[in-house]
Amino acid sequence: MQYAIFCYDHEEVVFGWTKEQDDAVIASLDRAKKKFVEKGRLGPTARLMPTTAATTVRKAKEPIVIDGPFAETKEQLLGFYVIDCDSLEQAIEFAKDLARSSNSAGSYEVRPLRLFHAGSLER
Amino acid sequence: VSEGIDGAWLDMALRGARPRALSALLRYFGQLDAAEEAFQEACLAAIEKWPKNGPPRDPAAWLIFVGRNSGIDAARRRGKEKELPGEEQLSDLGDTESSTAERLDDAHYRDDILRLLFICCHPELPATQQIALALRLVCGLSVEQIARAFLVSESAMEQRITRGKNRVAEAHVPFEAPGAPERAERLTAVAAAVYLMFNEGYSATGGDSHVRIQIADEAIRLSRLLLRLFPDEPSIMGLLSLMLLHHSRAAARLDAQGNIVLLEDQDRALWNRDMIAEGIALLDKAVRHDRPDPYQVQAAIAAQHARAPRFEDTDWARIEKLYLVLEGLTPSPVVTLNRAVATSKVRGAAEALELILPLASQLSSYFYFFGVKGAFLLQLGRLAEARTAFDRAIALAKSPAEAVHIRLQIDRLTKESDSSCRPTSGFPNDPC
Repeated sequence: MQYAIFCYDHEEVVFGWTKEQDDAVIASLDRAKKKFVEKGRLGPTARLMPTTAATTVRKAKEPIVIDGPFAETKEQLLGFYVIDCDSLEQAIEFAKDLARSSNSAGSYEVRPLRLFHAGSLER
Repeated sequence: VSEGIDGAWLDMALRGARPRALSALLRYFGQLDAAEEAFQEACLAAIEKWPKNGPPRDPAAWLIFVGRNSGIDAARRRGKEKELPGEEQLSDLGDTESSTAERLDDAHYRDDILRLLFICCHPELPATQQIALALRLVCGLSVEQIARAFLVSESAMEQRITRGKNRVAEAHVPFEAPGAPERAERLTAVAAAVYLMFNEGYSATGGDSHVRIQIADEAIRLSRLLLRLFPDEPSIMGLLSLMLLHHSRAAARLDAQGNIVLLEDQDRALWNRDMIAEGIALLDKAVRHDRPDPYQVQAAIAAQHARAPRFEDTDWARIEKLYLVLEGLTPSPVVTLNRAVATSKVRGAAEALELILPLASQLSSYFYFFGVKGAFLLQLGRLAEARTAFDRAIALAKSPAEAVHIRLQIDRLTKESDSSCRPTSGFPNDPC
């Protein structure tokens, strides 16, 4: 079974860390990941930029672009994509294509990545 | 992180929660002193309880709730007869803690925080008082830290802050939710003060550099907060982008002696890539609104520098265009001066010099004007005139770092006259 693990925290705390504090946390997380890395069982990992860098595309026939993160209400996180784009515009276009292809009422949040490792997972 | 919570986490959580908690308490008690005192009590309780019981999910809500109770207790102790909320609403801090506080404050907290910021940045206060007040009240820096940053004694800073508080108390900023135009006005005033705060931390070279960097960090934190409150406001996206892109160079712009390192001489490997990436992401968002303002255009200029792997790769033609746009938005001789630096790279020093000569009377006491003029003259091989301009710049330098910076130019000048000329590019076009 493959699992995705999501990290939740207070961004005003995490983004308030000094470089030294942040490096220490990353080093500590790397130690925790080691077992899975060595067995080739760790998939992609990413750190996101703050929610202030996010844009949301709401599903509709003509999808609506809204500044800011997707504010969690009744919907649940169901999945994610990682894409490489030349511009925010291109990322929003992709999200709009996804939004048009769905007949439900959710949203896609477009959030730039701070850090990305492709990982070693096959399949 | 490791199990339990450490001091750094606790400190950041308290500081992160401060604007929301303090502004909610201010709404509740109606007076800055009472709100501050209640917040202080709540922090003491947090320091005692969080390490033992684990941190609450919503630190701000916890602090608001505990602060309200302690404030009410204090009022009781002083024997003031007031209509107080029923005991059942206040006494249980169990599971309902965060939901109660949220119900009380969430609807208003955006305007509450804006109000608190607006009080600190009240147009009636001089700029230095605005910044000191915001650093003390909203960011929670100690009087001692702020005094160190501004190179004044602790008692003088204490006085400045107290005077500021008294003045805003007399200004009677109403508690009612503001209308849309008023809200926009407040946001503009607050954004301007946050930018001043950033420049105070970023530009000045006197004082304790550690505290100064912290002040620039605080300004960035405040504009992140503003953008969370007003997520679709392009001017705040531009402001935050601008500050991140400039601050990304912090480690490269001063040498070991604390002297300014020119943009062209900076070690770009020291630039903070995370800040650059975030700054550019925010600029992309702002641009989509098609409402350029000075913050956004300055951010676009900074982004051009950030994108260039080496100084030689800088897209000066693009930067020249952006300065033209900036001149259109905020005409000023200083902006023209900056445009001229870009012009000199694109079309040569002769045209650039033509552009700045008419500014001489307006910028007759401006350090950078003579630095730039000297650099242009140097490139044109007019060495004696270049020296006169550099001497004037040194006379106008406000800090040793500025003077050293010009002396380096003069050293180059001396070298130029000794050997064959390789025109140097001279000066930073924006505060490096």
